[in-house]
Amino acid sequence: MSAVSLNHTPKAVERWSPTREAWRRLRRHRSAQIGMIILGLMVLVAIFAPLIAPYDPVKQMQNVKRREPPCIHLLGCPAEKPEHLFGIDGNFRDLFSRVVFGSRLSLQIGFATIGFAILVGGLLGAVSAYAGGWVDNLIMRTMDVLMAFPSLLLAIAIVAVLGTGLINALLAIGIVSIPRYARLVRATVLQVREMEYVQASRALGAGGLHILFLRILPNAITPLIVQGTLGIAGAIIDAAALSFLGLGAEPPTPEWGLMLGEERNSVFNAPHLVFFPGLAIMLTVLSFNLLGDGLRDALDPRLRGNVS
Amino acid sequence: MLQFITRRLILLVPVLIGVLLVTFIIVRAIPGDPCKVMLGERATEEKCAEFRERYGLNDNLLVQFGRFLVNMGKGDLGVSIRFGQPVVSLIAARLPMTIELTIGAMLFSTIVGVFLGIISALKRNTIVDTLTMVIANVGVSMPVFWLGLVLAYVFALLLKDTPFFLPPSARLTSGLALTQLADYWGLKDMSGFQKFVVDFLTHSLLVNALATGNWKLLGDGLRHLILPSVAVGTIPMAIIARMTRSSLLEVLGQDYIRTARAKGLPYNKVITRHALSNAMIPIVTIIGLETGALLSGAVLTETVFNLPGVGTALVGAILARDYPVVQGFTLVVAMVFILVNLLVDISYAYLDPRIRLE
Repeated sequence: MSAVSLNHTPKAVERWSPTREAWRRLRRHRSAQIGMIILGLMVLVAIFAPLIAPYDPVKQMQNVKRREPPCIHLLGCPAEKPEHLFGIDGNFRDLFSRVVFGSRLSLQIGFATIGFAILVGGLLGAVSAYAGGWVDNLIMRTMDVLMAFPSLLLAIAIVAVLGTGLINALLAIGIVSIPRYARLVRATVLQVREMEYVQASRALGAGGLHILFLRILPNAITPLIVQGTLGIAGAIIDAAALSFLGLGAEPPTPEWGLMLGEERNSVFNAPHLVFFPGLAIMLTVLSFNLLGDGLRDALDPRLRGNVS
Repeated sequence: MLQFITRRLILLVPVLIGVLLVTFIIVRAIPGDPCKVMLGERATEEKCAEFRERYGLNDNLLVQFGRFLVNMGKGDLGVSIRFGQPVVSLIAARLPMTIELTIGAMLFSTIVGVFLGIISALKRNTIVDTLTMVIANVGVSMPVFWLGLVLAYVFALLLKDTPFFLPPSARLTSGLALTQLADYWGLKDMSGFQKFVVDFLTHSLLVNALATGNWKLLGDGLRHLILPSVAVGTIPMAIIARMTRSSLLEVLGQDYIRTARAKGLPYNKVITRHALSNAMIPIVTIIGLETGALLSGAVLTETVFNLPGVGTALVGAILARDYPVVQGFTLVVAMVFILVNLLVDISYAYLDPRIRLE
């Protein structure tokens, strides 16, 4: 630390790119640190799920008792019994393996839905701001209507139309997330469009798409990263909620919300079946929320709002 | 002020039309033949023809939408396929539960959230502050349905024989029931709006208990409401706590606070009269914005605690493909949401006179 500050010549500072500067601030941000550690672990678990999980997440096992509580050798479970860290679920499966595989699904769900929402919302927002007039009005009023519903309820209604199932649930969550990104991109485009460097680019003969994608939209990346990270947290929770209600993932998929929903009536006699999947959801969502807060502080001090 | 309210109401019209359009489309957008979907695959061609005639599905969409609006104006939301009852009377029976839960959660989140936020702002950078903000961060990330189950486990099983025992499910202990107010007040042959109101009041626990003087019912109902309210209110509570903290910290750093202190005003008075009243505006906004989360949370929590509210009805209707009910309940929830947002707008126009003049 001291060596760094001694060599802290202005020249060295100038060479730091904004990305590097942001990364430095992010690394020092307490909640971002915690978020990145949890998320890093989750990603590792997801990647190496087949190596970590001792059993098949879907196949039923023989010779185990239904809803048996956890058996951990370190905590005094007799060594001759097979180890089941999180116990056995209602269908004779190892809960730990299911929770481990669930991390894959939840991360995919988060990135897929928000990726979809950013893509569609960003496009709508850009078109809206660029076209103006009735197109702008039509798109933005539609967004207003979508926002007039509580998001989870709109997602439920969309699932009602599309039919239940994981893909439809994801589509529904993606759709209800669109307005936020559409508004964000529209606001950025409107703000930047008339700036001098954009005019300069136009004067140099750049085409509309070139200006939009290379000159204007890069300005939206920072807020999109922040909003997207926080959005992933919300999407994971909403997807789990839909599965919990029986409108999302179908058995025997190892999805955390579904695991909770299937076993919610056994909370009193087999609490482990409810405790672990819920804890997994909470930790994953927490990591994205903390990282999102950190990113907001590191990338864009202007967005600094309700930060702890 | 009146002008402000009028302007807000006018701004609502396009959104309302949009919401009606969306709920109208929802039922029409179901893939496949609506008759087969609603009456089952084995419905005969004659039955289907009769069905289409009855629901006016043969007309063009514009006519259908017009009829939908007219029916809506008359308070007719169709008939539940599953129960054969008018959707409106189902709403009258189910909506009060959800409203009670939302209000309970709102009270919990506001009181606890504002309290935690103030404590943590006043004790800035102490262990109390850190602890409060850890609670807030974890609270924001809490899956409502999981928290509900954990609370039920702790308060109904672990604390079973202590005074802290709280019931984990249902709205009332079995044996207790809501009195039919129509009978109690000797009203007969009601219809339309009057019937809706009396049904609605009958199913509102507080009104019912007060009207009939049934204190046991009131106490029991409130006890059943505690755990669900805490579950639903936790996420908004965490957000409100964070907002209160940052809002209060910002206000406390301003010159007029120092002036007030320099004048010799007692610290407590500076906090309550000068700082809090100004810090309240963003807090009220957040409370309003969280209504959507509260309503969504209520839907989930009703399922966890087996409460007869809008959420359980809606999910049941979706699984049973009872589309008139889906349509009616979606519409009602959206309306409640819009109404609450309007009230929030008005309330902070009241708190902050600058907003009225915009």
